[in-house]
Amino acid sequence: MTDTLLEIDRLSVDYETARGDLKALRDISFDIRKGEIVGIVGESGCGKSTLISSILRLTAPNTRFRQGEVRFKGQDLLQLPERKMRDLRGADISIVFQDPMQTHNPVLSIGQQMLDIQHRSKASKAEKRARAAQMLGAVGIPDPEARLDQFPHEFSGGMRQRIAIAMALMSEPDLLIADEPTTALDATLEVQIIERLQELQQEFNCAILFISHHLGVIAELCDRVVVMYAGAVVESGEVREIFHDPKHPYTRRLIDCDPGHIKERARVLPTIPGEVPDLANLPGGCIFRDRCDLATARCVEVPPLAKLKEGHHAACWLNHKEAAE
Amino acid sequence: MAKSRSELGQIITGVARDPLGLMGLIIVGTIVFCAIFAYWIVPFDPVGMNIKSRLQGPSWTHLLGTDQLGRDTFSRVIAGGQVALQVALPAVFGAMAIGLTLGMIAGYGPKWLDNLLMLLFDTIRSFPTVMFALAVVALVGPSLQTVVFVVMATSIPTYGRVARTQTLTLRNSEFILAERSMGASMTRILGVHMLPNIVGVLAVLAAMDIPTVIALEAGLSFLGLGVKPPTPSWGALLKDGYSLIRQTPWLVVGGGLPIILATLGFTFLGESLRDVVDPKLRKQR
Repeated sequence: MTDTLLEIDRLSVDYETARGDLKALRDISFDIRKGEIVGIVGESGCGKSTLISSILRLTAPNTRFRQGEVRFKGQDLLQLPERKMRDLRGADISIVFQDPMQTHNPVLSIGQQMLDIQHRSKASKAEKRARAAQMLGAVGIPDPEARLDQFPHEFSGGMRQRIAIAMALMSEPDLLIADEPTTALDATLEVQIIERLQELQQEFNCAILFISHHLGVIAELCDRVVVMYAGAVVESGEVREIFHDPKHPYTRRLIDCDPGHIKERARVLPTIPGEVPDLANLPGGCIFRDRCDLATARCVEVPPLAKLKEGHHAACWLNHKEAAE
Repeated sequence: MAKSRSELGQIITGVARDPLGLMGLIIVGTIVFCAIFAYWIVPFDPVGMNIKSRLQGPSWTHLLGTDQLGRDTFSRVIAGGQVALQVALPAVFGAMAIGLTLGMIAGYGPKWLDNLLMLLFDTIRSFPTVMFALAVVALVGPSLQTVVFVVMATSIPTYGRVARTQTLTLRNSEFILAERSMGASMTRILGVHMLPNIVGVLAVLAAMDIPTVIALEAGLSFLGLGVKPPTPSWGALLKDGYSLIRQTPWLVVGGGLPIILATLGFTFLGESLRDVVDPKLRKQR
């Protein structure tokens, strides 16, 4: 497969803590093809952030990579020397963070910051400035040339997030990681940002790894989706497949809980009962077993992520008869 | 460069808008002006003796009277300001530069280096300043350079600690993570992104530190550990005045008043500067 851009292969990541090793990611495998938008869904604490920091190798000091590879264009990022890795960041892979109020240096003007991130370019200062203004224009900031001299606090949250996107796309990366870029924004802005991302993705033809817990956004934007639960992939596949025919009980429950899917007025929003298991002290068998209403005796064994059909994988024993192994 | 000049302009306008800041600006401006042009302002030679007119009260000829050797106190006050700034400015800026560098290294570098630098800072701070000054003066003798060195060495830890704390807070902030994920190197993060965030805080600290240093210089000169006579220093003036307070109170006023004024002026300026420079406070304007 030559068009695979990022390949995460059986990645397991632990955090060393006083309570023992926290198994933040276990046996994660999925890939992103060139120019594709892949969504990752999962509730808080399911390992989404660990996954991103593992791809960028900006993990906390107590992180241990236990097994697996993160291959970017065939190269295992986990083996790359720090210097090479730094060359990749912001050039081939870049990222947009969740909170636009925190991602800009408060004492430097937007122009200064946008010039600074072009530090690899040999272009003159005027050329870099023109490029910065052009990018601001591309994300829909009116009067970009003048706004370059303004400071982050002079912009609204939605504008700041658009600036963050402009900065991330400035180097025309192959992979853009969007870490819940719309969570901190209100619904109207969310739609705007998503539309803008879609347009820019067409324009720059970069792959996007889109992290969110908002299913509606994922359905709108992504080609494929990876559903994570407690540090493991439970289901992955085409967006249409996953949303119309979820094969893992967790995915099904997640879709049922999405307020956008609820037809009737309800006093209490549906939730998934129970809690995410303690990652430092994992129960054996299927990790969703304790919260699953379809659990059987078979579930004391860990179900493999089985291929159900081309482009649809799920880790649940219920599909095992269907699974074409 | 035009950009940063307009920023400096903004800061000065901001300070001038605040009544206390304006007062500080005027006092500090006057002191600096007098220090720079001292040579042309002084009506008499500040070290020139005139035994015939010794211990005189204020008059139109001698605005603040004369001392026991007939030297004009007003001229000595003006010239003393020059000495005070000659000590305060290099000492404060030197301490700020060294403290900033060491503090950022301590805050961003490995843990063992942090511990080592903190140990060094605490060691310096544990010396009483005057004792330290006595030791240094006993070794190399009193001079302007000795005072500058003593003041600088004893105030490095203050700047270092503030710079370290700021660096520690900043290194975990999201925008630094964002810079790292954009491929910025350590020197770029420290120099381009952290430095402008820290330097404002330290500049305010420095402005507030200048009066302390001036008072310290005066104190050392009062004890006879500062600049050598007959060089006029506010501390030395105070010392002469103190011993002659029964004959003429004007000498104490001459030595004390400029210290009080300088302290007030720099403190007002520093406080006003803090409000203007702090980006979090600026946001609300």
